Amino acid sequence: MSDLLAARSQMAVSLIFHIVFAAIGIAMPLLMVIAEWRWQRTGDEEYLTLAKRWGRGTAILFAVGAVSGTVLSFELGLLWPRFMGYAGAIIGMPFSLEGFAFFTEAVFLGVYLYGWGKVSPRAHLLSGVAVAVSGMLSGIFVVIANAWMNTPAGFTLVNGVPTDIRPFAAMANPHAFPQTLHMTLAAYAATGFAVAGIHALLLRRDPNNGFHRKACGIALAVGAVTAVLQPFSGDIMAKAVARNQPVKLAAFEGHFETRRGAPLHIGGWPDETKGETRWALKIPKGLSLLAFNDPDAEVRGLNDFPRENWPPVAIVHLAFQLMVACGTVMALVGLWATWRRWRHPVSWPASRRFLLALALSAPLGFVAIEAGWIVTEVGRQPWIIYGIMRTEDAVTPMPGLIVPFLTFTVLYLLLGAMTVWLIWRQVIASPRGARHG
Amino acid sequence: MVEVIIAGLMAGALILYALLGGADYGGGVWDLLATGPRAREQRQLIADAIAPVWEANHVWLILVLVILFTAFPPAFAAIGTALHIPLTLMLVGVVLRGTAFTFRHYDDQHDQVQRRWSLIFSIASIITPILLGVSVGAVASGNIRAPEAGGSFIWPWLAPFPFAVGFLALALFAFLAAVFLTVEAGDRALADDFRRRAIWAGIAVFVTAGLALLLARRGAPIIWEHLLRGRWAAPLQIATALAAIGAFAALWTRRFRLSRLLAAAQVSLILAGWATAQFPWLVVPEHTIQSAAAPDSVLRPLLVALLIGALVLAPSVYTLMRVFKGVKS
Repeated sequence: MSDLLAARSQMAVSLIFHIVFAAIGIAMPLLMVIAEWRWQRTGDEEYLTLAKRWGRGTAILFAVGAVSGTVLSFELGLLWPRFMGYAGAIIGMPFSLEGFAFFTEAVFLGVYLYGWGKVSPRAHLLSGVAVAVSGMLSGIFVVIANAWMNTPAGFTLVNGVPTDIRPFAAMANPHAFPQTLHMTLAAYAATGFAVAGIHALLLRRDPNNGFHRKACGIALAVGAVTAVLQPFSGDIMAKAVARNQPVKLAAFEGHFETRRGAPLHIGGWPDETKGETRWALKIPKGLSLLAFNDPDAEVRGLNDFPRENWPPVAIVHLAFQLMVACGTVMALVGLWATWRRWRHPVSWPASRRFLLALALSAPLGFVAIEAGWIVTEVGRQPWIIYGIMRTEDAVTPMPGLIVPFLTFTVLYLLLGAMTVWLIWRQVIASPRGARHG
Repeated sequence: MVEVIIAGLMAGALILYALLGGADYGGGVWDLLATGPRAREQRQLIADAIAPVWEANHVWLILVLVILFTAFPPAFAAIGTALHIPLTLMLVGVVLRGTAFTFRHYDDQHDQVQRRWSLIFSIASIITPILLGVSVGAVASGNIRAPEAGGSFIWPWLAPFPFAVGFLALALFAFLAAVFLTVEAGDRALADDFRRRAIWAGIAVFVTAGLALLLARRGAPIIWEHLLRGRWAAPLQIATALAAIGAFAALWTRRFRLSRLLAAAQVSLILAGWATAQFPWLVVPEHTIQSAAAPDSVLRPLLVALLIGALVLAPSVYTLMRVFKGVKS
């Protein structure tokens, strides 16, 4: 394995691991705050149990997210020092703002988790709100930095050196809005569906358990609303990619020949050597319509670009298909949930078929997030800064990078297993009498 | 000028990390060394002291890192390249310390389960500060060179001086933790346990600081020179000595709140002394604050962001400390 591949693999493992906890860290505090708010409004103790349970889960997952996020911020320099030496000044601003948002999140999470009875109920709820808001903001700031890597802005290149750096213009890059919107909705949808699905599974065994019903209800409300909105943000995102990264869009679709009225490929396998996508369901003019709002618009194909600037087409295409498929199922389940809530407000959400659908779609949001980041990151290759710096020019000269890659892979595998086990034992299992907070 | 202010703020954030995050690592040291009839109570006190605050305290490190790569990108690139190995090992320590501590808190309360997490937590709490100190020592040593200029990935940090700084960092953190815990202990016997530990750790600080100073002569000649003859060297060293003597005297006479204040002052002054001795270098001797600084169009907005961020942060951190550490207004 070459050092470049080892560095990329280590970065991939670190991101694949961290993004799960980052998404949960954005969304879980919202669920926790809703539960506490319901408790303060209704006095129903089951909501309090729920708020404390979710708080405990948030604490465990936030800790893993915080340390794996620390690893990532160091890895920017440990693996990609030339990238950071070049771009650190340009994208430092969103990272600095993220630092303060993360600070606020950590401070108020401490107050929230350990402040029961030490601060007034109102201050306690507000601490939870502060955690939820700053968690969302820190996610947004980090994604803005990633958006800059896709659509660099806010500087002028003079002889290959970035000059006239304008940090806020760099933050307002063309992908900043679509990417942050898409990822923020994804975090709520994925977490909402995962939590709702787990409690739906438990409700199938124990249909009248009020605790699981309340948990499922809150999580599903958050998950369904965001899952239904997500296809619209996906459309905004895809149109931005079509404008700014045409070669990436062509890889999404396995679209090789430039043409007007380009068809949309659903499924299929793009064959890079033959330059065609086989076994795909083709929807005539679909791609032109989706990418440019015009069924006859011209969509540039991969063959328009030099081969050395192609991302790995098959991986990007399959990941894109997987993400869209998961998102579509979630949006449909979200619509079904809305319809059921409207028709059967009393028995909601308990119908065995509906609960089964929820349980089955529990992992879909996280599958979609992982696939989506593969689309973003692998789709940007061979560039680390799109059109400006190639990934191979950014990597550290340090030899033997396979060692840290394997180290972090093993570490994260163990940590992931421990976390799942702990969450299952200490958070999800039905309440069984009093326990420490 | 603005780059010097930002470098100063970065040093300030590092000092706060040492005072707050450092004490959390020190807690891990005393968890491992908990002995005597009150070993269980000692561990409980440490856990209660760390639990609500460690994540917030940890963010100071992130802030240092972010300021470094935003304001001084070439220095960050040089450190990330040359110190790949100790920093990667430190990260493994950061991951294990944080997760083992949290898992211990939320896992079953059986002794065996708890002991296993405690062991990982405390060993990681010892290794991480050593590696942090090693990295700081290597940055100060003057031995970091770009790989194109024949720089090594091993010898700048695998040397006596960086390791002396590593052990000094560990001793400082253990000292801070013990002093802080004397204040937080509920009863006199427990406070005395940590008073004794604080005195021993204070002696360890004295020994390791002396060792680092001696080794600096050959291991970090520029720092050595500045420590001897720098304009700020004498006043800072006198102030450090006074704070150290005061902290000891306050410990001896059981004025624990006063000793907490003086110990914090002592550690801050030691770090400030190192920072001024290293001025104007960020990475000795290839990158100065001046040469590594990003353009003013980056630094000015960054300074504004840092000041506004501090305005948001100060009341938040104050609230945290008031709720959990009984800091009086």
